[in-house]
Amino acid sequence: MWYFTSPQIIFGEGALSALDDLKGHRALIVTDGTLVNLGLVAVVTAHLDRARIAYAVFDRVEPDPSLDTVRAGSAVAHNYQPDWIVGLGGGSAMDAAKAIWVTYEHPELDPAEINPITELGLRRKARLITIPTTSGTGAEVTWAIVLTDTASGRKLGLGNRENVADIAIVDPSLAVGMPRYLTIDTGLDALTHAIEGYTCTWHTDLTDGICLQATRLVLEYLPRVAVDGKDLEARERMHNAATLAGLGFGNALASMAHATGHAIGARFHVPHGRAVGMMLPYTIEYIAAEAPERFADVGTTIGLEAGTPHASARALADHLRSFSRGLGQATSVAEMGISWTDYEAALEQLVDDAFNDASIMTAARARVPGHHPPRRPDRGPSLGRASQSCLRACLHRRQRAGGTLYARHSGWARADQCRSTRARQPSDADDRPRGRHERAFCG
Amino acid sequence: MAIPFPSDSWIKALSAHLNGSESYQRSAANWEGDFTFVVEPDAAYADTSYLYLALNHGKSAGGRALNVPDEVVTEYTIRAPYGTWRKVVEGKLDPIQGLMTKQLKLQGNMMMIMRYPKAAQEIIACTKLIPTEFPG
Repeated sequence: MWYFTSPQIIFGEGALSALDDLKGHRALIVTDGTLVNLGLVAVVTAHLDRARIAYAVFDRVEPDPSLDTVRAGSAVAHNYQPDWIVGLGGGSAMDAAKAIWVTYEHPELDPAEINPITELGLRRKARLITIPTTSGTGAEVTWAIVLTDTASGRKLGLGNRENVADIAIVDPSLAVGMPRYLTIDTGLDALTHAIEGYTCTWHTDLTDGICLQATRLVLEYLPRVAVDGKDLEARERMHNAATLAGLGFGNALASMAHATGHAIGARFHVPHGRAVGMMLPYTIEYIAAEAPERFADVGTTIGLEAGTPHASARALADHLRSFSRGLGQATSVAEMGISWTDYEAALEQLVDDAFNDASIMTAARARVPGHHPPRRPDRGPSLGRASQSCLRACLHRRQRAGGTLYARHSGWARADQCRSTRARQPSDADDRPRGRHERAFCG
Repeated sequence: MAIPFPSDSWIKALSAHLNGSESYQRSAANWEGDFTFVVEPDAAYADTSYLYLALNHGKSAGGRALNVPDEVVTEYTIRAPYGTWRKVVEGKLDPIQGLMTKQLKLQGNMMMIMRYPKAAQEIIACTKLIPTEFPG
């Protein structure tokens, strides 16, 4: 038993005009100051004017929005009494809009208490429209809400299926002005959603095709739009791909690249899409060592076949690294500018954070019941150790003399090798490329 | 020798396996809160059983079958028909998915459980180490 949840999706060029026919009285637009300054809020309000709907704008949503921001937005909603909440922006604005909507309908509820099993009974005061201005997060169609508890510094994974938007308007014209770096970061986020939605253990028949199509679209159109941001066809296909990927992983779950990417992103302030996109090939290699079939499927879908499922999965990981490199993205922790010393010092906390991230439980090589039976303790490394070695894989990129690249020939080290080398500092001796005989997978 | 589920000896075996699991200890290092598992009757199982499991900071101080549900007051109670529990123990139903789809009904703070999904899975991993005999 499972669910597939989706808003009504109005998509394609001109989709915003659907607002002209909206019925209602007052809308609260939840967004950020940048979009006000860029004129994108005015584009939306022009449509609301045509629909004769009054509006107020709450533009105080920051990146990684806090519980306090949601509380402030909810107070604005209580005063304004809208019958529509409009989340306009990237994932932060749309997640904040979802939480503001829930707490507007339920003033007794603190945003930190929004959870998947409580019956909320929403839509008594207002309904929700989501309008993405980036092509990556998929938050316009997911019910997940990520907020930051500034007191503890933790990101909270919240949400309830009821708080999925009523209408998602996916109009590519809003993404045309995205700068190149944001286009690529968010595009890699969509790619990671698509591949993890297909390969996680919570995938279903209803999400598989969506995820594969999203994967094809990103791999074809992200390079085009990275070269020419005004390529309207590529913008539209990327906007669609992000929404598809959102539907896919939002009705399955993300996986280990998100768990580890969240940890690295939070600790080193790496943009979300960049962090999860960097981790994706590493986690594919790690998981595929034990469960390669789903990754091989993805490889086949995009024309990569290497004879065996293991080889195909590895070819997929290699292809994704080349893809990221072609876009100028970092493919290792070192390339992100994080020093060995800082990474080493943070490693234990990174492992703990990844370990406690909800996304890690759907990794097909992480003792997930029903798919891959748990290993007996005497037959392999524990998940804790495996996760450590996964994260440590990036630590083991040896820095080359040039100082900007870490050689990736060392591949994955065995858990015991990770432990034995952990105390070492990189040395000239470590810089040599390693042969395949030294490339080993944990476990 | 197989241990019947649900039973006092089964929950004691689970408690012992948790204390031997490095993965569980790490994933539940900050967890505080005991559980009562209520096994409700269905076509394959005629009784109602109550299993108590003490969990604190990655360790289990013990477990036992209860004669009456309020013999011990716990922070969390999860109840489901026997057939649903069997699916969980056999690894056919992810416990978090079970909670989200309300096949497993929770009394207690769901948000706390959602912060320790891996610990929930490690508990299930330990149940699979118990040679379990299922009635019906």
